[in-house]
Amino acid sequence: MRREAPQKLTDYGPLVFPAGMLITFFVVPFATMIAVSFFKRNPSGFYTPDFVFENYARFLSLFFGKVLGFSLFLAVTVAICCIVLAVPFTYLLSRAKRRTQVLWLVALLSILSLSEVIIGFAWSTLFSRTAGITNLLVMLGILDQPVALNPSFGAVLTAMTYQALPYTVLVLYPALVRLDPTLTEAARTLGASPIKSFFTVVVPALRNTIVATLIMVFIFALGSYLLPQILGRPQHWTLSVLITDQAIYQSNMPFAAAMAVFLVLVTLGLVALTVIAGRKGEAA
Amino acid sequence: MSGLTLQNVTKQFGTFTAVKNVELTVPHGTFVCLLGPSGCGKTTLMRMVAGLDLPTGGAIKLDGKDITNVPTHKRDLGMVFQSLALFPHLTVGENIAYSLRIRGVGKEEQKKRVDELLSMIHLSGYADRPVAKLSGGQRQRVAIARALAISPKLFLLDEPLSALDAKLREAMQVELRQLQQRLGITTIVVTHDQREAMTMADTVVVMSGGEIRQAAAPVEIYRRPADTFVADFIGMTNLIDFNADGSGASVLGASIPGLAVPAGLKSGIISIRPEDVHLTAPGNAPVTGTVTFVRDLGGTIETFVEAGGKQLVAVSMPNARPDVSVGQSVGVQLNPGDCVVLKS
Repeated sequence: MRREAPQKLTDYGPLVFPAGMLITFFVVPFATMIAVSFFKRNPSGFYTPDFVFENYARFLSLFFGKVLGFSLFLAVTVAICCIVLAVPFTYLLSRAKRRTQVLWLVALLSILSLSEVIIGFAWSTLFSRTAGITNLLVMLGILDQPVALNPSFGAVLTAMTYQALPYTVLVLYPALVRLDPTLTEAARTLGASPIKSFFTVVVPALRNTIVATLIMVFIFALGSYLLPQILGRPQHWTLSVLITDQAIYQSNMPFAAAMAVFLVLVTLGLVALTVIAGRKGEAA
Repeated sequence: MSGLTLQNVTKQFGTFTAVKNVELTVPHGTFVCLLGPSGCGKTTLMRMVAGLDLPTGGAIKLDGKDITNVPTHKRDLGMVFQSLALFPHLTVGENIAYSLRIRGVGKEEQKKRVDELLSMIHLSGYADRPVAKLSGGQRQRVAIARALAISPKLFLLDEPLSALDAKLREAMQVELRQLQQRLGITTIVVTHDQREAMTMADTVVVMSGGEIRQAAAPVEIYRRPADTFVADFIGMTNLIDFNADGSGASVLGASIPGLAVPAGLKSGIISIRPEDVHLTAPGNAPVTGTVTFVRDLGGTIETFVEAGGKQLVAVSMPNARPDVSVGQSVGVQLNPGDCVVLKS
């Protein structure tokens, strides 16, 4: 169905409500944050309206650069782990029986109902020395004695991947269900083994979906601030942790706002790069 | 022996038997059409030949080698799907070269083969186009070229022309048959279109309810159907009950002298093609009927006659146009040589 372009002002009527919501709950707070990022901090109180760059200037240090770098690295790693796990999993799921599909999707949805705090503490128990999974390995005779697996980078990565995986699967699922199953059959009749046909047909045919999912998980992981604190060492803390710390514990709103704005800009830049790279790949 | 052999092939989905004890031999280089109504098991049979479904019983042999459990990608097939299944992320050339790329053929050789195949399907210079930009007939040709890229041992086509409009379909049937004859490749086509089967096949295999009803040359199938299903499914026919005693057979209350009935058969059905039903003046033939409708199609004239409570159809060419009108009484002549006796 082709829709006509709006002709009169009243044709835009249906947009009033969503536009109002977006302005009230997104544009206004974000604009406030941008404004605050230029305010001057008042050490005795909160902040005073001003127009200074010192919040941004303070940010341009090796320490914050490292934190920003680590945050991006962590988010990219989580996104890649999620895609690597979720694409084959969702592909097999979409070819499974209806019943099996429903069971798995319900299980994945139930993970979404868990709060980040519960996920964090559940994993910290699982990774602990006293009650963790290494005790199982000891029972099986693989390890001599139980060891603590957290705090560590691996623990942060595992928990964040666990948290983001259901979103990844749910975003990939519709695209994979729609993928014509005769495409892989055709690849097999043409001499491709099932694994080869997966990589030469399913993955390339879903390239755009995969890139979009990658971006979504990346942004999702960038905002995580509880799991790195529960399961990581201070060097595993992300920029989001520092923003929270500045905003809530140090009462330095202008600096927290500056970091947040910067994070948004970097994220937008990376997303734009990915999209441009994707377009170029398509044209080639 | 060279070619494809199916021995007692059976496929069950749960309690439903899709294909029942199929025995079929396809000699090397022949063109076989699996023909039947939807749900008759013809596609399942082809999918088993391709290895996309595994039979629950029986064996499939190709050139004497048992391939029943050989995975699809090791069977060296070419298959054209009903949906064509062209890879949307690849260009025309890349689609055709896919099987060569998978087998690690060099880039130069791939390009040479793609050019060869493109000129064979009259699409030279289309290699770099995306498949989405092609018309239905062009996509059809690309799917055929892709399946033939490795010179497969078996060429399988599942309802390959069903998406095309009638005129293009007829042209493609002829083209496909000519291509197959030029390449001498063993070919199996699944179709529900009997005209398509008659046009292309060396052997038509009529299926129904998961079983083969008859496998024979197209003319044989048409002239000597094995049972009422085949007679009725292939072309138009008149199926008429007959009764026989020791001396002769009677049809529609009139005896047909000279109709050879197998000894001991008391009753059954005869099939007679509409073009073999001749109308004469009443009294000149044993059976008399009333004309109920005349359909003059220009090229042929179909006359519907009611005789003995049964509707018969007679087809004649314009140069032998019967001089009849609705309501007129006519004699219906049934030559015993044109009648095929079938068990009921």
